[in-house]
Amino acid sequence: MNIVVCVKRVPDTETKIKIGGEGTKIDPAGVEFIISPFDEFAVEEAIRVKEKLGKGEITILSLGSADAQTIMRKAYAMGADKGVHLNDPSECQDTLAEAQALAAALKGMQFDLLLFGKQAVDYDNGAVGVQVAKLLNIPVVTRIIKLDVADGKAIVERESDMGKEIVEVKLPAAFTAEKGLNEPRYPKLMDIMKAKKKPLEEKPAQLEAPKLSIVKMDYPPARPPGKIVGEGEEAVPALVNLLKNEAKAL
Amino acid sequence: MGNNVLIFAEQMGGKFRSVAYEAICQGKKMAQGLGGKAIAVAIGAGVEAAAKDLGQYGADKVIVVDNAKLKDFTVDAYGKAFSEVVSKNDPAVVLLAATFQGKDLGGYASAALGAPLSSDCTEWASLDGGIQVKRPIYAGKAYVTVKFNSQPAVISLRPKVFLADAPDASKSAEVEKIDLALSDDDFRSVVKEIIAKTAGKIDVIEADIIVSGGRGLKGPEGFAVLEELAGLLGAAVGASRTVVDEGWRPHSDQIGQTGKVVSPKLYIACGISGAIQHLAGMRTSKCIVAINKDPEAPIFSTADYGIVGDLFKVVPALTAEIKKAIG
Repeated sequence: MNIVVCVKRVPDTETKIKIGGEGTKIDPAGVEFIISPFDEFAVEEAIRVKEKLGKGEITILSLGSADAQTIMRKAYAMGADKGVHLNDPSECQDTLAEAQALAAALKGMQFDLLLFGKQAVDYDNGAVGVQVAKLLNIPVVTRIIKLDVADGKAIVERESDMGKEIVEVKLPAAFTAEKGLNEPRYPKLMDIMKAKKKPLEEKPAQLEAPKLSIVKMDYPPARPPGKIVGEGEEAVPALVNLLKNEAKAL
Repeated sequence: MGNNVLIFAEQMGGKFRSVAYEAICQGKKMAQGLGGKAIAVAIGAGVEAAAKDLGQYGADKVIVVDNAKLKDFTVDAYGKAFSEVVSKNDPAVVLLAATFQGKDLGGYASAALGAPLSSDCTEWASLDGGIQVKRPIYAGKAYVTVKFNSQPAVISLRPKVFLADAPDASKSAEVEKIDLALSDDDFRSVVKEIIAKTAGKIDVIEADIIVSGGRGLKGPEGFAVLEELAGLLGAAVGASRTVVDEGWRPHSDQIGQTGKVVSPKLYIACGISGAIQHLAGMRTSKCIVAINKDPEAPIFSTADYGIVGDLFKVVPALTAEIKKAIG
């Protein structure tokens, strides 16, 4: 069983976002970067599938600036075997161009499972997994919360607009991970040391000219200052009055 | 280049969803700006009957792909049907609702057509014969304004941001039915079972009111006081990340950067301190109430109204008071 997991380096979700000088990107100063949390579920799932089957190889694929290699090493420490870094010094902001570059790299790779997070928690488009699958002409199941692999097929449970679904899919196939799929492990110190020696191939990302441009980046509009209505249950009638007559929210 | 807007009319069990009406209303406005038509696309099994009614929301025409094999949504089959319709109609804009289905289908269409994509847009404007959009990034910690350099642009709209206009019963759309050859290759993934949402449970995404709980609830049983208030208000119950990570509530209830981003009319945060990743997920709510015993909790800086106090006393009092107020 060969598994490829696509991961992206993003700012930690606890980070405050500061817009950079040029106004179309964030200021990375002081920001801690992590594997996008949904991608981390995907990495963990790949390791669990390999552990369960007792065989297989896990390849990490990441598109991004040179710093992407730091989070690839984190995935190695969790248990991935090797990886390919598609170097993109431009930090592309067009999800289609990114998907095309990932698909181009994947065309030369052998895999049964191709895993993504359901979205990277930076641009939040939530499209790359589906785009790559379409470009490779393989089926895709999104937002999976359970994955079982057997006999060239996968049975997955996924979140849908209806509730939950059980879906059967032929392999090779792509999947995007939703929270709830698993609880990612913390690598042990020894695994972190070993991760440094695992192979990491670097090549330039084959990026087409972006078909969209970011005109500007803004902060969300500030909320008008609120008020403390009072303390304890005595304040409740005043609150209900405000909700009913001022905010018209009831 | 075309100047029409093609809109995916999302349905569930043969009935169009409110997000479909929202998208059609906006699609009509976009089409007017572009000098083109609003064309809705309905895909599914048994969707033809209701299709002409989409005209009441502004669709000039409805293209229907009605096939028993398309009863359940799968990305492959719906994606093929949708992108074939899109490529035959050469639109300027492909519009969807940013639901699970809409996002998946948007991604598929974008890849199939080599078209740029922006998900979850919260504003749009006509610009130089095209459309420019604004959308949240980092779960709403910032916004980007996006310009498209190529047609069509695939755009999904965040649900509940653009409200549908009241239907105009005097209008009806022309319906064009399309037969599409679907092969086994389009059904490499098959839905085996649908486990519907718990009856009576309102999803946080669709709720007008959300009563949400954090660490201050002290345990899963603490949520009983929130359930009671939510039941009275017809509200959904949400949760902070801590609560979900502790296993007190299912992850589908989580609000925040790694959960759901919501913008209800009223958001009542109980025992939630207001970590930045939580605030990102609910700060676009129309009205925010915070109940927390720590007067320094960051949630109070985002709330419109706050009560400092023990939620186990304040929330039941609130339930009783609202019961009186709304009779």
